[in-house]
Amino acid sequence: MSAISTPAEPRRTPLHRLHRQLGAKMVPFAGWEMPVEYAGIVAEHLAVRTRAGLFDVSHMGEILVAGPHALELVQHVTSNDAARLKCGQAQYSGLMTAEGTFVDDLLVHKLGDEQYLLVVNAANLDADLEHLRANNPMAAEVRDLSPEYAQIALQGPLALEIIKPFSPAPLATIPYYWFIQDRFLGFEALLARTGYTGEDGFEIYLAPEHAEAAWNALMEAGRERGLLPCGLGARNTLRLEAAMALYGHEINRQTTPWEANLGWICKLEKAEFLGRERLARLRQQPLQRKLIGLEMIEPGIARDGYPLFHCGRQVGQVTSGSPGPFVQRNIALGYAPVELATPGVELQVAIRARHARARVVPLPFYKRAPKP
Amino acid sequence: MSYPKNYRYTAEHEWVAAPENGRARIGITDYAQHALGDIVFVELPAAGAHLEAGQPLGTVESVKAVSEVFAPVSGTVTAVNTSLSAHPELINQDPHAGAWMVEVQLDDAAPLDKLMDATRYEAFIAEEQTGKA
Repeated sequence: MSAISTPAEPRRTPLHRLHRQLGAKMVPFAGWEMPVEYAGIVAEHLAVRTRAGLFDVSHMGEILVAGPHALELVQHVTSNDAARLKCGQAQYSGLMTAEGTFVDDLLVHKLGDEQYLLVVNAANLDADLEHLRANNPMAAEVRDLSPEYAQIALQGPLALEIIKPFSPAPLATIPYYWFIQDRFLGFEALLARTGYTGEDGFEIYLAPEHAEAAWNALMEAGRERGLLPCGLGARNTLRLEAAMALYGHEINRQTTPWEANLGWICKLEKAEFLGRERLARLRQQPLQRKLIGLEMIEPGIARDGYPLFHCGRQVGQVTSGSPGPFVQRNIALGYAPVELATPGVELQVAIRARHARARVVPLPFYKRAPKP
Repeated sequence: MSYPKNYRYTAEHEWVAAPENGRARIGITDYAQHALGDIVFVELPAAGAHLEAGQPLGTVESVKAVSEVFAPVSGTVTAVNTSLSAHPELINQDPHAGAWMVEVQLDDAAPLDKLMDATRYEAFIAEEQTGKA
């Protein structure tokens, strides 16, 4: 067995003590000490697909862009069209380099005409802030609000039922990717119908000092309905089944939205933005490579970085891979030449000393059934 | 879970059972299975393969990661626990008995004495745990 090393002094979320009490296995992640699993990744994953799961995602970064030039800055640095947002609406987007590649992926929440809350990856928070400040000739206000927010995600088909009693807000009527600022357990909170699991659910942003009370209230209300505390392990397998990109894996500073199946968050028709020129040019050319979904035919699990072969030649590599606990297949995302990115094509994954057969399949691996 | 008194243990969290007629079973410890989490895939050598102490003998995969299992001693594989390929979760459930991985004919029984006994191994993992806390 190989040892896992721990860097010095990781940061702790306001729920750290609770995770310990719950017997979570804690791991270093993006400079934080985070729960990776409690009861086990498979049990947690299945709880979210069939009932509900509760995640501490307080490590995520929150950045406020404010002032009369707020929209102008958001439009300048992100690929999606924030001008289309109404107050109370959220949008998945990309924070772009001048080359049209990803500094980060993020959620943009329109709080008001002059206020946008950006929710970013913990590992990229510093780089994102630097990027925003370096590309802000319009002098919009940019403020790191991360220390002022804990974030708890309640995900799964029972999420609405579990959360409803704790807020006077009409949560049942909030559409997917909309949010509401209202009381939760009597505390000020932002309640967003968003998530990173492929299920219905809410992401709750509130002051760190209320995080424990919020977590306990939800756990208490959900326990007999089968709600489980869930760690980053299940968060990763859930997002993989739903084929949602993970920064540093499917997307990075070398990836364009066109390759990553993220053309839908790249609105060339909006006004100028960083990378637009190159992205418009690339749009006119045939794609070289494309993100694909793979399902293992032979035993074995494709992992991040494993090479992909076709006819004895290396043609790409895996960006994320794991067993899919709900779909019950070994699945992976990776990049392959466009001519091989067709469902049904067979590739081989180099798993240590051997090559295991895998099939290109349509994405996502899992899609929740529409509400009756 | 307790650590059998008559087993020997490595710092990489493998165990070797007490040999009978020069043959001993090898597996991974309860501490190891717990650290890995849900085990979903196991790759083991074939019978007849020769193992070198300290060299990888196979791999164990949990949902989140791949880990190599190292041969605690040198010897020739005489039997492989084939039930693990269909039921890798046995390693989580019964790591010290039912989930043995391979049985080897030891090249030499003497090196076993260099491995940790249960008391020392338990002290060793207690130290690893406090190191992480």
